[in-house]
Formats: sequence, C-alpha cells, structure tokens
Amino acid sequence: MMLSVRDLRVSFRTQEGLVRAIDGVSFDLREGEILGVVGESGSGKTVSLLAVMGLITDPNAIIEGSIRYRERELVGLPARELRRLRGNEIAMIFQDPMTALTPVYTIGGQIAEQIRAHKRVSKSQALERVEELLAEVNFPNPREAMSRYPHQLSGGMRQRAVIAMALSCNPALLVADEPTTALDVTVQAGILDLVRKLRATHNSAVVFITHDMGVVSELADRVMVMYAGRVVERGSRTELFSDPQHPYTRALLGSIPPLTGEKPRRLPAIPGSPPSLLRLPDGCAFGPRCPVNYEPCRTGKPVLGDGTHAAACFRVQA
Amino acid sequence: MIYAILRRFGQMLFVMFGISVIVFLIFFATPGSDPAARIAGRNASPEVLEAVRHNFGFDRPLYVQYGLMMKKIFVTGDLTSFVNRGWKVVPAVLDSIPVTLSLVFGAAVLWVVVSIVIGIVAAATRDSWVDKLLMALGLLGISMPVYWLGEVMNLITQSRYHDTWLFSWVPPLGYKSFSDDPKGWFLALVIPWVTLAILYIGIYGRVLRAAIIESMQEDYIRTARAKGLSETRILLRHALRTSLIAFVTLFGLDFGALVGGSALLTEVVFGLQGIGKLTYDALQSLDLPMIMATVMYASMFVVVANAIVDFVYILLDPRVRTS
Repeated sequence: MMLSVRDLRVSFRTQEGLVRAIDGVSFDLREGEILGVVGESGSGKTVSLLAVMGLITDPNAIIEGSIRYRERELVGLPARELRRLRGNEIAMIFQDPMTALTPVYTIGGQIAEQIRAHKRVSKSQALERVEELLAEVNFPNPREAMSRYPHQLSGGMRQRAVIAMALSCNPALLVADEPTTALDVTVQAGILDLVRKLRATHNSAVVFITHDMGVVSELADRVMVMYAGRVVERGSRTELFSDPQHPYTRALLGSIPPLTGEKPRRLPAIPGSPPSLLRLPDGCAFGPRCPVNYEPCRTGKPVLGDGTHAAACFRVQA
Repeated sequence: MIYAILRRFGQMLFVMFGISVIVFLIFFATPGSDPAARIAGRNASPEVLEAVRHNFGFDRPLYVQYGLMMKKIFVTGDLTSFVNRGWKVVPAVLDSIPVTLSLVFGAAVLWVVVSIVIGIVAAATRDSWVDKLLMALGLLGISMPVYWLGEVMNLITQSRYHDTWLFSWVPPLGYKSFSDDPKGWFLALVIPWVTLAILYIGIYGRVLRAAIIESMQEDYIRTARAKGLSETRILLRHALRTSLIAFVTLFGLDFGALVGGSALLTEVVFGLQGIGKLTYDALQSLDLPMIMATVMYASMFVVVANAIVDFVYILLDPRVRTS
C-alpha cells in the first residue's frame, strides 16, 4: 500500500471551543490508483488531504492518527524530512489557479525553483526540464510560456502551469484539490484528460478532490464520500454508482440531472444544510436530513465497516 | 518596459510644469495683493518698488511674468532677494541641497536597511517575545519627537558624555562638505542620521511586518510550501518581494517630503544649513523670491521621488509593466 491513512483526526482550537474538522478518517491508496473524494464544502475533504501533505500550518490545529506513506509515518515527521517529500514524491494541485502562483516571478522560474529544491541540477538543465513539462501539459509554445508571468496567462493555462509544476519531480502521489472548479467546462475536460494521461505515463497515484459527481464517474477507480468530517461510504466506482448504499450518496446521485429520458421539473435537493461542526447532532451527523432515519440513528454514530464497499449507516448494516 | 519608463518620465515633466504654474499663480496672481510690494519688503522706497516691478515684468501680461520667473530660477539663476539685500536666491538653494541630501539620504539608507531586517525578523518570529520586543521598540521610536530626541542626543554626545571614550569622536554641530573632508562629513552626520532614522525605522519595520504577515496568508505561499521550499526561502523570495510594494510607496512619499524640507526640525537641532532651514528663515522674513524658489525645489523633489518609486514598482511587480 502506497498511502495508508488510519483514524485521522484534525481539530482546531477556536473561540467557541474545539472544532473537529476531521473525525476518524481512514483510507488506503495503491500505486497508480485514482481515488475520488466527494463531499459538500466543509465536509473535510480538503483538510484531510492538507493534513496528508503536512500543509496545515495553523498553530491552533491538532492532528492525530496515522498517515503512512510507503511505510513512513508522516504524522510527527520533522519539517525538514517532510519538505523533502513534498513537491518531490508527493505533489499537490490547488483549486484556484488565479492565486496559486506567485505573481512576481515567471512560470519557468517558479517551476525550475521546485526542481532545484529537490534535484541537483544546474539552472539551464532545470529550465530544459521545464520546457519539456510545459510541452507535456500541452502548452502550444512552451519556450515562450516559460518567460511569462502568471497574470499574462488565462485561467486554464495557469492551471496547466500549476500541474506542470506539480509533475516536475515525477511525484508518486498527486493530490488534486478541485483543480477544475474554477475553470470552464471545455478547459475542465482538457485538464481531466491530462490527469488520466499522467497516470498512464508516470503511473502516479492520484487523489482527486471534487464535489462534482460527473467528474468522479469519469475519472476515479475508487470513490470515498465524506460528510461532516467522516467517511460515509467508500467503494469502487462501479459499486458506488450502480449500487449506492448510504442515503447521502443516493441523495447526491439523485441530484444529477439525467441525460436521457424525461427531465424532472425540479431537481431533487437534499433538505436542510450541512451541520455546523461546532454543534454536531447526537448520533448520525446526517440523521436530521436523512429520509430513512430511525431510532438507532439518533443515539449511536454509525461506523464504516470493513470491505471494499462499505457505508456508515445503520439501515445498511441492519 | 522601456516604454513604461519613458511614459512615466513624460508624466513627471508634465506634473512639474503644472506645479510651477500653480505655485506661480498663488504668489503672483492672487487678487488684491501687490507682489512687487511683497518682494521689495517692508518700508521699501518707491524707486526700489519701481525697479522690482520692471525687473519681474509686473507691468506686462501674466504669462510673460511666469516666463521671466522661470528664467530667473532655472536659466539665468539670478533671482534676487530684496529682503536680504541682494542675496542671490538660486546659489543659496543650491548650496543647501547637498546638506539636506546628505542628511536625508544617509538616514534613508539606515532606516531602509534596519527596518527591512526588523520587519523580516519580527514576521518570522511572529508572536514570540522577539517580535513583541521589536514592535515595542518600534512604537517607542515612533513616539519620540525628533526635536526632543535630537536635543537629547546633543545633550549626551556634545556635553554630558562627550569626554568619555564612547562619544569623544563626535565633532561640534554643523555641516562639513563631503568633497573637502569625507571623514568629517561622515562623523558630523552620524548622530543626525540616527536621530532622523529612528522614527522611520519604527514606522517601516511595523509596516513591513504587517505586509509580510499578510502575504504569508496568500494561496501562493501554500503553493510554495507544497513545492517543498524551506521556510526561509518562502519568506525571503515569495513573501518579502510582494510585501515590499507597500514599503516602497511609503518610502517615496517620505523621502520626497524630507528632501523637500520636512527635515527642518533635524536641521535646526543639529545646526545644518539645509533646505528646510532655508525655507523656514524665508518664511520668517516673508522673503517671496526665496519662498518661491524653495517651494519649487521641494515640489520637484517630491515629484522626482515619486517617479523613482514608480520605476522601482516596474522592477518589483511585472503586472505594472504591461498595463
């Protein structure tokens, strides 16, 4: 197993008390696998992966549990050693390409900087590699693009530059945090192609965070659905889409408009809104919004079972 | 980039022209006042008054008067002070420029270097006792008025402790020309430099610290961390560079104002015959030609300093280059 996360808990000390953003998340990732992480805003999908990257810098954050990457424990690893992994073996692509690049340096310079932080190469060798990378992410004119500043590129181009940067050291694990949310649909398709190609050529494992079920169904091998800081269902793509078990997953899938057949007059929506992490309901966090909740849901918290396809729901487990 | 610089230079000339017209109009075209009488000074004889009137072209149209004035200041340089009996104004201004420039330039080097160091160290050690100590010292520096601090400095270095090993090198008050005596120039200015710089070190250190801490919240800092860069490199290359923009803006304004005469208090305290002192004396004796010349000079410096700031912007921030 390349990445193995066990019982990860992330809490933040705030004025109103301790907020548990991630509550016991566990998952595994094999080499070359694409894992889709789905959930609403605030469900903890970004925070859990930021924890994996060691990028939670808030001094009020408490991270517990275990994150093992290739048999190395990342929780509590000295900053120096973590830095050697970050950008080198584990890379991350962020949501908003408009703000993800430093505005005052050229694209080429910023990518070369990462290469030179990890590999012993000369500046010109690094720049040659940058040119290759930019060609790989389909820049029409990579040599010219290298001397461009971020503000001179379109959103899609910037995201390609960010991806080229993430790929610069051939990472074994790539974390993509909603990389297509800020982009047009056509550009989005290009980026998804790129992620697929990348897995094919570099055999990188990818964690793809998104709230777009359509993207997941196209890209992911396995899917993990998160709600209020917990994993509520996980399974292979086919299992999850053909046989969704958790009421939340079903509701999510139900809110995608069908491509064929009669369109519903109104798209079904999940009633209510996600709970505040400060005041989670007793029992199942999804309980108050759940159409099928019954007595046990109000008292106990359902736990995700073992097995490849599992759902944290008393109805399913009963 | 060249085009942006040239265009900024053109703007600068235009602004200077505008300022010269406005300053001229304020002094010479204010309704109900007779500029000739003010130039000639109190109790001037009718002959002198007539000579002034003719000399400055007050019997001719306004634009001729403006032209004559500019000619006297910038071309022939023979603008004469009547209040001070034939004192040539332009050489007096030119003589005081090196004094003020020496004072302000040296202080500026000191405050820029020290405040950058303080800003970086405070931001890097944010909320620690080092940060708190530096910011408290900065506040202290800002709170001390420069005339008071200058007098205290003089009290310590010129009288009370002058005979100790620590301050025996401090020369008596006054300015020494750099070309005559470089060492004397330096020694005479050390204490004034420190005195003038302390206020600005406080302000700039605090401003830079705040700007760096703000930049450290940006998304691109998270990207830089994800790249695996060291915290030092992130701070110095990614956060500092973008934070310097606010710093440079402030610097342009303060430097221009100081060179244009705002260093008056420091000049008076340390007996330096600079441009601030000159303007102050001219205002005291209502010496209109002198006021005219120093105001023109001061405004030009503010304009030039701002243009330099804009050039530095172009270097610092690529986004400014194209627009």
